[in-house]
Amino acid sequence: MVSSESSLLELRGITKRFPGVVANDGVDFDLKRGEVHALLGENGAGKSTLMNVLYGLYQPDEGEIRVNGKPAEIRSPKDAIDLGIGMVHQHFMLIPVMTVAENIVLATEPTRGGVLLDYEAAVDRVEQIARTFKFAIDPRARVESIGVGQQQRVEILKALYRGADILILDEPTAVLTPQETKELFGILRSLTNEGMSVIFISHKLNEVLEIADRVTVLRRGKTIETLPREGATQAQLAKLMVGREVLLRVDKKPAEPGEPLLSVENLSVSDERGLEAVRGVSFEVRAGEIVGIAGVDGNGQSELIDAITGLTKIESGEMRVGTHDITRESARQRLDEGVGHIPQDRQRRGLVLDFSLAENLGLHDYRKEPNSRYGFLFPARLISWARRVLKAFDVRGGGPETLASALSGGNQQKVVIAREVERDPRVLIAGQPTRGLDVGAIEFVHRRLVEERDEGRAVLLVSLELEEILSLSDRILVIYEGRIVGEYGPDVSEEELGVAMTGGTREVAA
Amino acid sequence: MTVTPPAPAPEKDEVYERRARIYERAGGALIPLAATVLAFLIGGLVVLITGHNPVAAYKAIFEGAGFNWILPWVQGDERTEAARDLQQTLRVATPLMLTALAVAFAFRCGLFNIGGQGQYWLGFIAALWVGTHIQGLSRPLHVILGIAAGIAGGALWGGIAGLLRATVGAHEVITTIMLNWIAIFGGQYLYEGGGPLQGAVAALPRSDVLDGSARLWIIWPAYLHAGFLVAIAALLVYYVILNRTTLGYEVRAVGFSPEAARYSGIGVRRSYFLALAISGSFAGLAGAVDVLGFKYAVDTSDFATNFVGFTGIAVALLGRNKAVGIFFASILFAALSTGTSSRQLDPEIFEPALAADLSTMIQALVIFFVGAEFLIVSVWGARRYLRVRPASREKPAL
Repeated sequence: MVSSESSLLELRGITKRFPGVVANDGVDFDLKRGEVHALLGENGAGKSTLMNVLYGLYQPDEGEIRVNGKPAEIRSPKDAIDLGIGMVHQHFMLIPVMTVAENIVLATEPTRGGVLLDYEAAVDRVEQIARTFKFAIDPRARVESIGVGQQQRVEILKALYRGADILILDEPTAVLTPQETKELFGILRSLTNEGMSVIFISHKLNEVLEIADRVTVLRRGKTIETLPREGATQAQLAKLMVGREVLLRVDKKPAEPGEPLLSVENLSVSDERGLEAVRGVSFEVRAGEIVGIAGVDGNGQSELIDAITGLTKIESGEMRVGTHDITRESARQRLDEGVGHIPQDRQRRGLVLDFSLAENLGLHDYRKEPNSRYGFLFPARLISWARRVLKAFDVRGGGPETLASALSGGNQQKVVIAREVERDPRVLIAGQPTRGLDVGAIEFVHRRLVEERDEGRAVLLVSLELEEILSLSDRILVIYEGRIVGEYGPDVSEEELGVAMTGGTREVAA
Repeated sequence: MTVTPPAPAPEKDEVYERRARIYERAGGALIPLAATVLAFLIGGLVVLITGHNPVAAYKAIFEGAGFNWILPWVQGDERTEAARDLQQTLRVATPLMLTALAVAFAFRCGLFNIGGQGQYWLGFIAALWVGTHIQGLSRPLHVILGIAAGIAGGALWGGIAGLLRATVGAHEVITTIMLNWIAIFGGQYLYEGGGPLQGAVAALPRSDVLDGSARLWIIWPAYLHAGFLVAIAALLVYYVILNRTTLGYEVRAVGFSPEAARYSGIGVRRSYFLALAISGSFAGLAGAVDVLGFKYAVDTSDFATNFVGFTGIAVALLGRNKAVGIFFASILFAALSTGTSSRQLDPEIFEPALAADLSTMIQALVIFFVGAEFLIVSVWGARRYLRVRPASREKPAL
């Protein structure tokens, strides 16, 4: 690769091997002054490894790093900081009980008489930097009392305070709300206007296209291509990232709804604090249709799912699967009645991470023959059954006896879906089924949900992603403050839904 | 649909998986072993500082525990004595295995059962009652009844803590500790002067001696009783319940992730209750085999000096809550205690008063190092990190 004169940073032929894996295989990457350069790739493509090499956390086995045209040896984060490289990790490294200013000046704090912290000077300096880069932040606030978006700003300020002019952001939007993401992008623009350069790691195509000047795509540890944002499309990037055509739009036939399989009538549920979270909700999901529930997070979606699956007590109302009343049944009875559930949080609720895949797949059917008899469990049968299921669902990264925690997010989700679908449920409830997944895995999950619909199941999809709701649902219900405030067909516009989700339409009479 | 690239050959996957499992198991044994070795080294250093010969001291403990019995050249009187010492070691290890299981089983359900001591006493008292108050039974029947009573007593004590946890959410650490004291003081009350279960001699604060028909058989004269075999069987039962029953599956699921277990319809509260009740029955069994095996009676002073339930916590920790690990850990702890008892140890080599301290110190160090596992692991990781760097510099840059 020919590097231009103006490159601030160049990585050439970086190779990093771990036992059994080549995480980076001759990767080239360069960064120009004043640009946002996105590093795009699926989970496990080698993005984080490359940045850890740049930040001195790993030593490359081969390759060269040049900063300002001079070869640089970066053996520790301290070397990286001295070269003007700052990194904001996905998980913040802040001390919660200290103030913003204290966190920022930590380890290089201004002192009085050589020993005492000059707190006022620290606050002054932080304010000064914040003003230069147009950050809105209170230096005297305690870190534990500010939001996630603000904490991220503290991390960025910390890097700037240490003299960084190259900023590495590792999946910075993963923890942010859409509003906070917008604010972050504003900050990144003012940083680049001031001559800073940003490496933006992500697997989200739309964000990359919004903020980056150039995009470098990594796949299986190799640089696939570096291209300018102008002219790049989501489909093109997805193809580069996954290595094959990816269907970003879900291909599906019109629904052929049958009889109602899930009926909810006048359901009211209180949340943990005893406040009414779901207020008199009624709807039906029929065989062979996907009903999407759209809404801003925290409008009663979680409580609604927990109520239908029997995981929380309800205040009033009725629920039926087919004609069978499940209102007073336990979670287990409902499972047996044919309610499949893909939980919102697969790591905490969908899987026992310290269980093997076979044990995870058996979480519902371990107590049925042939997996067990008279209370005795037959692990060998669970394993051979799991081997078949894992193959059918193309789960990669491990066999039946691999621990669930060892799998990537997409493969973990495949295991959850496999478990729920293999029981042949009549109703399938999916809570944010693609959260945190990359495009290849999202495609799989979406295709699978449509296939399940076509099998004649009633699918209830709850998602915060409007795009997902719009591309999958045959009918869309909007939930706002615990009430269903509107019902729409699949061709409703995003704007119209957006307005309804924020309470913009009149409530539908209960 | 586009064809996806072929997955790696399944045989390769299986080989890798098998190897990973072996590593995992070996790694599990590595830390406790390293901790033990380290503890003995430091203990030896202390012996050295006090002006004694550590090699001689450890040899004396080894022989005091009767381990020299397995050496073929030990013959005659020496062999007889070694046999007796080894019998004692195994006899001491017996209740330790069981109280360790009481800790381990609850732990696999995510619970800390600190109540092994109280559950032990309940089992002890129940078995003793059967042995002293029921007469005219054949020996097998009487023994089985005594053991069953012990299990039931322990299960009751563990079950109370389990019930409190399951219904009102009272933390089992607090309740089991409180139940320990109820058992200890309750036991003293039962057998003290005028107590309801005090023995026939009014002047002595102790129970009657149980019937011959309730005594466990001696399997290796003169000291080792059949309780040792019962404990081995219990290790097996522990393994089977955990890994080969639906109950054990539920217990492990709850232990690893109560939320995920709840989401898949497993009764988390029910698991808490059952886990503590089963834990209690292991500890109760420990009490039963102790009293039916060789103690035969109890004195109120025993309640203040017996710590077998607490030692079980340390044994479970060292044994990593695994059946095999608990077996070896209990033998180690028992050997340290019999090997340093003043009767066994030659005062020429080590003062008896110091010997017991040495054994306590080694036990404490073992636990300390097992507990500090993360420290050892991170030191190990740092060492690897330091080693990688110079190697990478030698390679030519591209």
